[in-house]
Amino acid sequence: MTQFKGRVLASGTYKGKVIVSHQGVNTLATFQSSVLAGKKKVICSDQNNKDIYNKNLTGIALALPQTIGSTTGGMVLQVVCSMKINPACLLFSESIDSLAAAGVVLAKVWENSNIVVIDRLGKKFLDTIKTDEDIEVKEDGTVILL
Amino acid sequence: MYEPKMKLTKEQLDILNGKEGETKAKIMETIVRYGDIFDAPKLVKVTHGEGHLVTSFGLSLLKPVYRVMDEIIKANLKVKDGFTMDPRPLDFENVPYSPIDKLINKKILYGAQDRYEEQLKKVGLINKDAFTCACYFKSVGNIPKKGDILSWAESSAVNYANSVLGARCNRNSGMIDVMGSILGYVPLFGLLTDEGRKASWKIIIKTSKKPEPQILGSVIGIKVMEDVPYIVGLDKFLGKELTDDVSSYLKDMGAATASNGAVGLYHVENLTPEAKELGTKLLKKDYKEYVIDDAEMDRIYKSYPVMWKHKDKEGQLAFIGCPHLSLAQLNGWTDTLVNALKASGKKKVNIKTVLCTAPKVKEEFVKTPKYQELLGTGATLTCICPLMYTSNPLTHGRRLMTCSNKLRTYSLARFYKTDDLVDKLCK
Repeated sequence: MTQFKGRVLASGTYKGKVIVSHQGVNTLATFQSSVLAGKKKVICSDQNNKDIYNKNLTGIALALPQTIGSTTGGMVLQVVCSMKINPACLLFSESIDSLAAAGVVLAKVWENSNIVVIDRLGKKFLDTIKTDEDIEVKEDGTVILL
Repeated sequence: MYEPKMKLTKEQLDILNGKEGETKAKIMETIVRYGDIFDAPKLVKVTHGEGHLVTSFGLSLLKPVYRVMDEIIKANLKVKDGFTMDPRPLDFENVPYSPIDKLINKKILYGAQDRYEEQLKKVGLINKDAFTCACYFKSVGNIPKKGDILSWAESSAVNYANSVLGARCNRNSGMIDVMGSILGYVPLFGLLTDEGRKASWKIIIKTSKKPEPQILGSVIGIKVMEDVPYIVGLDKFLGKELTDDVSSYLKDMGAATASNGAVGLYHVENLTPEAKELGTKLLKKDYKEYVIDDAEMDRIYKSYPVMWKHKDKEGQLAFIGCPHLSLAQLNGWTDTLVNALKASGKKKVNIKTVLCTAPKVKEEFVKTPKYQELLGTGATLTCICPLMYTSNPLTHGRRLMTCSNKLRTYSLARFYKTDDLVDKLCK
């Protein structure tokens, strides 16, 4: 079994499918349509991200390098967590960026969210993992490709 | 109870431990946790007390934001020196909306706008005209000095303050901005440090003419993402002084680097303050190089997707001014439209055209004869954020046009080079 170990930013476990974005995920562009429409699931609305465009992100593990784009990003993540339509896990190959970090903290402190967040999983993680694969995320930051 | 990794003073620890109330403790916990993720050694004082908040829109669905604001108000907390805001979302006078658009925007989409603005006043909104993404315009007056520490979040304003003004601010998120401003402290990491302001990319401009700022910023942003670029060869086109025109150019270029990538700071050799002071000492030892020539500009420009359903049809509504136009740009756009219409023998623009600027800039501009000239072309002038116009799902079927790369990125608007847009509007 292939496995990777990262830094735990919000601990928890997960077992299920993963969706992979090889480019930075633009938080606002990705989540805004679903949030604005008050949907029960997030369908990625970022036209510029072919990896995840039009795909469901709710309740699933999202593997990504970092987030990019508008600095409303952290607040958008807080709102998505508050609406409970967030990805179950965010698995960053690189160190988390400041917008996603803010979102994770806001979700934790103000929404008591149980989103699992791990960063620093490494470039090889993103090169190896593929959309729709089954993975297991352990509390200590280990991600196992099943 | 959160155990901070960074070193806090007794006063800061007392706040974290709830001696100044539960809400302030949560705000401190938010800021400390945020800094701990980046191994910040401590908190530093915000030296430019005037804040700027990115979340200016009262979207009905942003319930957590209103809940947090209510909690802040209940705890009698506010930003001591006040704050400016990003633009308002709606203007029924100067932007075309159908009756159903108005209903959806006012009653459903931005149904919390009035309530939110009442909250903002209580938390420290400076005045009713403080709504612009370009708070650093002279007429708006929220202008940090070189070296000032800020707690801002609007990506284009952070990018401008860091790069053109030499202030220090991380690419914070909405809500972190107001919390840092209330607290008066932000964590010391990233763009607040000398090391964090060094460039890991040397961008070499080799274009045959002055590159269009909105495309150049996009090309740089897509390549360097969140890194700091040091740009050489641009001073050949822009000169060595930060005139109003040059500052406007850098505003637009920077906004594109921040939205197409995640750039919070760039240096332009011989032009921006730190580049003038430190030159190539700003380059990290192992910096990478990226040459931008006409072909590279064209390659990126051609990669922009056209998201219109009927790609072969003409546009229906053009937005110009994301970020908001400066006074110099408003004058320039007025001349451009007037001259282009004169050349084509037309009196009015072919397509509804909306220019966007700050309320205080508009106030100045309407006092000049140019305002009537602009209205004479058929264009209108608003102070909204065009991106917020596109939040209404009914606009998704409309063929919106823009020469803003930020607006293109976050909406279905089609991007045009400035000259091409002028042709579409006036020929």
